[in-house]
Amino acid sequence: MDFAFSEEQEQLRGFTREFLADRYDDVRLARLADSETGVDAEVWPKLAEMGWLDAELTFLDQAVLLEETGYRPLAAPYFSTTVLAAPALDDEAAKQVADGRLTATLAWAEPGMRQGLLHPAGTSVSDGRLTGQKVLVPDGAAVDLFVVTAADGLYAVNASDAVVTPHGGLDGTRRLASVRFEGAPARPLATGEAAAALLGRIRDRAYAAVALEAVGVAQRALDLLVAYAKERKQFGKPIGVYQAVSHKASDVYVRLQEARSLAYWAAWCVAEDDPMARQACLAAKAHAGEAAVFACESAIQGHGGIGFTWEHVLHRYYKRAQWLAAFDGPARDQRAEVAAFLLD
Amino acid sequence: MDFRDTPEEAAFRAELRSWLQENAPERAVEAGRGDFDALRAWGGRLYDAGYVGITWPEEYGGRGLSPTYQAIYLEEASRADAPNHPGVIGLNMAGPTIIAWGTGEQKQRYLKPLLSGEEIWCQGFSEPGSGSDLAAGRTSAVLDGDHWVVNGQKVWSSYAHKADWCILVVRTDPDVPKHAGLSYLIVDMHAPGVTVRPLHQITGDPEFNEIFFDDVRVPRESILGQPGDGWKVAMTTLLHERGTLGFALSAELERMVNHLVDLVREEGPDGRRPADDPLIRDAVAREWIEMQSLRFTNYRALTTLLETGIPGPEGSGVKLAWSEANQRLTSLAQSVFGLHAQVTGEDAPWNGFWQYWQLRSRGNTIEAGTSEILRNIIAERVLGLPKGR
Repeated sequence: MDFAFSEEQEQLRGFTREFLADRYDDVRLARLADSETGVDAEVWPKLAEMGWLDAELTFLDQAVLLEETGYRPLAAPYFSTTVLAAPALDDEAAKQVADGRLTATLAWAEPGMRQGLLHPAGTSVSDGRLTGQKVLVPDGAAVDLFVVTAADGLYAVNASDAVVTPHGGLDGTRRLASVRFEGAPARPLATGEAAAALLGRIRDRAYAAVALEAVGVAQRALDLLVAYAKERKQFGKPIGVYQAVSHKASDVYVRLQEARSLAYWAAWCVAEDDPMARQACLAAKAHAGEAAVFACESAIQGHGGIGFTWEHVLHRYYKRAQWLAAFDGPARDQRAEVAAFLLD
Repeated sequence: MDFRDTPEEAAFRAELRSWLQENAPERAVEAGRGDFDALRAWGGRLYDAGYVGITWPEEYGGRGLSPTYQAIYLEEASRADAPNHPGVIGLNMAGPTIIAWGTGEQKQRYLKPLLSGEEIWCQGFSEPGSGSDLAAGRTSAVLDGDHWVVNGQKVWSSYAHKADWCILVVRTDPDVPKHAGLSYLIVDMHAPGVTVRPLHQITGDPEFNEIFFDDVRVPRESILGQPGDGWKVAMTTLLHERGTLGFALSAELERMVNHLVDLVREEGPDGRRPADDPLIRDAVAREWIEMQSLRFTNYRALTTLLETGIPGPEGSGVKLAWSEANQRLTSLAQSVFGLHAQVTGEDAPWNGFWQYWQLRSRGNTIEAGTSEILRNIIAERVLGLPKGR
């Protein structure tokens, strides 16, 4: 039994945290989130250079990167490309991703239908041409390629062959788009049962990734809350001496540790293809998503008026936390699946 | 990172599992109501089989194994629904403190009968006027020749009515600031002048007690550390109470979640199956997730302990979170019975199991450090927030 990251992984964490803190201080993050695209166009080649896009990374290596990109949000389609799309890509496309020449995302939700990754899709393919309407596509306006769920499998479609309508988003650095395909040339990636199994693996992985990011978000919110509680004085004392404030921070700490434990368990299960992977990922996503929202709401409250302003960075994290908690359905959806394992 | 057992751990687990299957008696509702002599005998069988003091040094009757094996024991005992060893105060508080502070003679004298359950220990820390504020205690000990003469009163002392020995914090020097005047004695509960009066908890059971000390004579050498070391020694006790109990708590919660799952899958007294109610399904899933989160938080703290020798800060919230989870879980269970939950005696649903545990759970946020004190500790020692006092 060993529940620690390796020394190499801890080094990777150190480099990553430093890189992200340098590049995305709170001011730059705000500027990017409020920019036209919400994307830092120059960062992608650097990610390739640093090896973040290597196919050889284990999911535990990637877990480190994901947690850190929650702590300092990365304004690039990293989650979409490496978590949502990469597992479905063929060798040629995977190589292009690793070289930094291709970004991608997954398009699954459709209007008027249930949004879940494992819910059936109405999009259809005939004669190698794909037709359908997808919504809520993460980073949909920022990628080169779509992995599209259709009734009979998963297909790759070039973004240039689709009609993309970007949306503004609460989370400015991870926006959503609607994507319409009108007889777009489509390359099959997986069909039938293989496609269903692949989609299941992608969902597990995505839940683990969301949980890891959420842990990073919650950690930053807690760090901001603690720092403020030490420095801000009222009635002649730092507000951190008042238990109404300090106990709030303690509660965030406890929830965060729980979320982190579940997120690492889920990451390990994904990396090892463990039989408990499904339950672990459901548990981690449900718990960590809510923990991140709780951490941000506690931090906003702890900051008083300043925490409620547009200028303060907290709302950026709060909106990312809300994005993560809502991903593929709220926590109660994941708990309903956990309950089915336990009770049916 | 690897959650799998090593071959040695797997072998230990397999052997333990089959041993428990053959040997574990049925678990009484709880210790206070069960047959204590039977529990004591169970403690002896556990000890003879090598499952008590798993992490303790071999020279004191332990097995000298890493804490991982203790974690495995707790998980498997919980899954087998086996009763706990009756000597919890001795095993978790007195024993580790004696190992850390005791003389060679004290270790020889006390540790083995503690492990085997032959001798039961209780703890005399809280007083009527000082609960969370341990250093304000007033029970005194004055040297008279070769003896300390102890006078005062302790309270909330679990197992005192069964105990042979008490770890007792006393004031030996009233003239120095409050932390500096304390000492830590080992007191014979059968000595003249010791009176135990049971206190009934809201469950109706006398699980804890008041202890009165009237001119109780305690041999001068029955002290841990030097006179004046009492605060430091007591911190060792509390560190162990809060540091190594995590696995016991998550294992206990796992046992309760399993019972909860059984409960909601049965037809309730009104003919409905609680597991068909989406709100109950959501709540059960939530507690299962909470239980897993505590289990893996313990694993993380354990990994830190194995690497550094000190339990990680990760674990400091486990007791806090466990106590609240246990309160939610047991209340949820009682709620499925509706007003039937009130009926006691032979007609009580589940033989009163959930009644007892729901009421008992209210003590969980008070005993072994109130939740308020635990939140203070996390805020000050883990997060580095300024002290409020």
